[in-house]
Amino acid sequence: MTNNNTELLRFTTAGSVDDGKSTLIGRLLYDSKSIYQDQYDQIKDTSERRGEEGVNLALLTDGLKSEREQGITIDVAYRYFSTPKRKFIIADTPGHTQYTRNMVTGASTANVALILVDARHGVVDQTRRHAIIASLLQIPHIVVCINKMDLVDFSQEAYDKIQESFESFAAKLDVKDVHFIPISALKGDNVVNRSEKTSWYEGPTLMYYLENVHIASDHNFIDQRFPVQFVIRPYSDEFHDFRGYAGRLAGGVMKKGDEVTLLPSGFTTKIKKIHGADGEQEEAFPPQSITVELEEDFDLSRGDMIVRANNQPEITQDIDVMMCWFDNTKPLKQKGKFALQHTTQNVRCVVKEIRYKLDINTLHRLQDDKNINMNDIARVSLRVTKPLFIDSYRQNRITGSIILVDEASNNTVAAGMII
Amino acid sequence: MDYNLSHIKELEAESIYIMREVAAQFERPALMFSGGKDSILMVHLAHKAFYPAKIPFPLLHVDTGHNFPETIEYRDSLVKKLGAKLIVGSVDEAIESGLVTEEKGFNASRNMLQIAVLLDALEKGKYDAALGGARRDEEKARAKERFFSHRDEFGQWDPKNQRPELWNLFNGRKNMGEHFRIFPISNWTELDVWQYLAAEKVELPSLYFAHEREVFEREGALLADCEYIEKKPDEVIKKEMVRCRTIGDMTCTGVWRSTASTVEDIIEEIATTRMTERGGRTDDKRSETAMEDRKKEGYF
Ligand SMILES: Nc1nc2c(ncn2[C@@H]2O[C@H](COP(=O)(O)OP(=O)(O)OP(=O)(O)O)[C@@H](O)[C@H]2O)c(=O)[nH]1
Ligand SMILES: [Mg+2]
Repeated sequence: MTNNNTELLRFTTAGSVDDGKSTLIGRLLYDSKSIYQDQYDQIKDTSERRGEEGVNLALLTDGLKSEREQGITIDVAYRYFSTPKRKFIIADTPGHTQYTRNMVTGASTANVALILVDARHGVVDQTRRHAIIASLLQIPHIVVCINKMDLVDFSQEAYDKIQESFESFAAKLDVKDVHFIPISALKGDNVVNRSEKTSWYEGPTLMYYLENVHIASDHNFIDQRFPVQFVIRPYSDEFHDFRGYAGRLAGGVMKKGDEVTLLPSGFTTKIKKIHGADGEQEEAFPPQSITVELEEDFDLSRGDMIVRANNQPEITQDIDVMMCWFDNTKPLKQKGKFALQHTTQNVRCVVKEIRYKLDINTLHRLQDDKNINMNDIARVSLRVTKPLFIDSYRQNRITGSIILVDEASNNTVAAGMII
Repeated sequence: MDYNLSHIKELEAESIYIMREVAAQFERPALMFSGGKDSILMVHLAHKAFYPAKIPFPLLHVDTGHNFPETIEYRDSLVKKLGAKLIVGSVDEAIESGLVTEEKGFNASRNMLQIAVLLDALEKGKYDAALGGARRDEEKARAKERFFSHRDEFGQWDPKNQRPELWNLFNGRKNMGEHFRIFPISNWTELDVWQYLAAEKVELPSLYFAHEREVFEREGALLADCEYIEKKPDEVIKKEMVRCRTIGDMTCTGVWRSTASTVEDIIEEIATTRMTERGGRTDDKRSETAMEDRKKEGYF
């Protein structure tokens, strides 16, 4: 419990409304004894007051008044627990279509996605939409939790059918590692404790899986990318000439003495010193936050990038992305203009072309359908006001992702993964 | 070479990234400082984020006038050590000037009054971002917070309509008069905070360690006796060994029976406790959604 050196695993829930995501998280916390007594007393009290049978574990994450009134999740809730093996950050996301943007928020930083399916209803539209989003976000591991097994008498047949239908759909997706587990979030079967009612199932419990799944780092340790976030100038006598470039290493390993190129200027120099959270260090790797001093002083500011001389990102004003559109007030339009954020750069962009919309059931590319409404996924070409230093999202989640911001409402209206 | 960060170091890197993002995206940020362990952690991380430069924003303390004296002592010595700038928003002054009215009765607290004073201080200082040490694991409404949390021109939070927040891209755009609340330590748990403060050997206020104090019981919580709390006839004062798990206003901060005298003892205690740290806060007990209601109006 008091180990300083445990590994961090971030996972998210996904799946259609009422498939049992919040109940599952509640169950996981409860059965792993990660709930405090006063929290439990509170939700027990609330459940009794509302005349519910037993204690509603979903109340552990559905903390907002409107969520409790409606019995649904509206926004992501983050919960934390640890076992001697790992520390977990859970994002419990909403299944309701209206709140898909909040699901994407929770999923964007996850290593594992738990996609829930109601054993009675099987794979539905929203299951497919979330699976597509998980694959676009390149979440490395997917666990399909076939839930409410108690309502289908723990039938292997029901389970097999759903597994088959998910697999045939997922074959068309870019997902590598998919697991299936029959569970009952409500009763606790195969969540932390192995169920006696699914003797036909030989795989691990969900908890065992989460504690043991191999999480290779999501980070790219090959291609050095250091977006300058902030320039540190102390203006003090002691550090009069200090000029440090602060930021979070987005890719590659950076070493003292490395020969580097500065973008966009193209000047070449060397890394003089790397300052980390605990003072000077010889090298740095993602996701460390560091401050870098260079051998020579150049004009370098927020939005610029330090890279290895012989390994540079693409420098371009034209980018192609797979985009999730979030705005419920208006559709995405060709020629629309937006503010765009990419690493530490803020630019403007125009939508040059909507290439196609993705049919979330068949995964067909609908080239004639350019009506992009809330929650639609589309391939889009953008032109930006000044060159960005990009990689494909597949190569690097950080230098490969963008968001669009509506300049009138200031809302984040789209997320894009660079192709 | 194994390029793996421990979870504590990963949290540290994340928080530093967010603090720098605030310094870059906003014109006038301020760090809300309460004197508790979370704001001490925030100051410590801010110091690292901008070293060797000074922290590029002032500390803003909303002084309820009902502080533990130890808190003010600690605050002043920390500010001096860092050469930081301190701004104080005073509830006493706000009551005097008529901005707010004091609550009366047994459970009277200045907790709600802090909201108006905070919003007033933010407005007066034209602060466009207020960094807070709230953590998602503290409370169910806080579990819903974004790192960059938008507030309208009245300082209100709209939990049903938050901006999507993806990857490490933070959208700090706003209209005139609006501001942001920023929570760099969102992903830390209470245990993480203590483990980190211990590893970093950060000096802490004496209130966190077990000491003898005059206390009394109310609604299952232990409160420190002080002149600001009106007591009922049947509430008996007794001496006990206690410590604070959170530090806030004396009128609503519960104390815990404890013998933990070092940070290591505290870590041991938290790792085995069955109660959340806010379990002793009478301000959260006013209703099921007390925290959400306060947050919507502009509470930290
Ligand atoms: N019988 C049975 N009911 C379940 C099970 N899991 C969840 N439920 C019930 O299904 C309903 C919906 O559960 P939630 O956990 O709120 O569903 P959700 O997926 O979080 O819903 P959203 O977040 O709104 O998308 C509740 O009434 C649960 O009690 C299960 O394993 N068996
Ligand atoms: Mg839910």
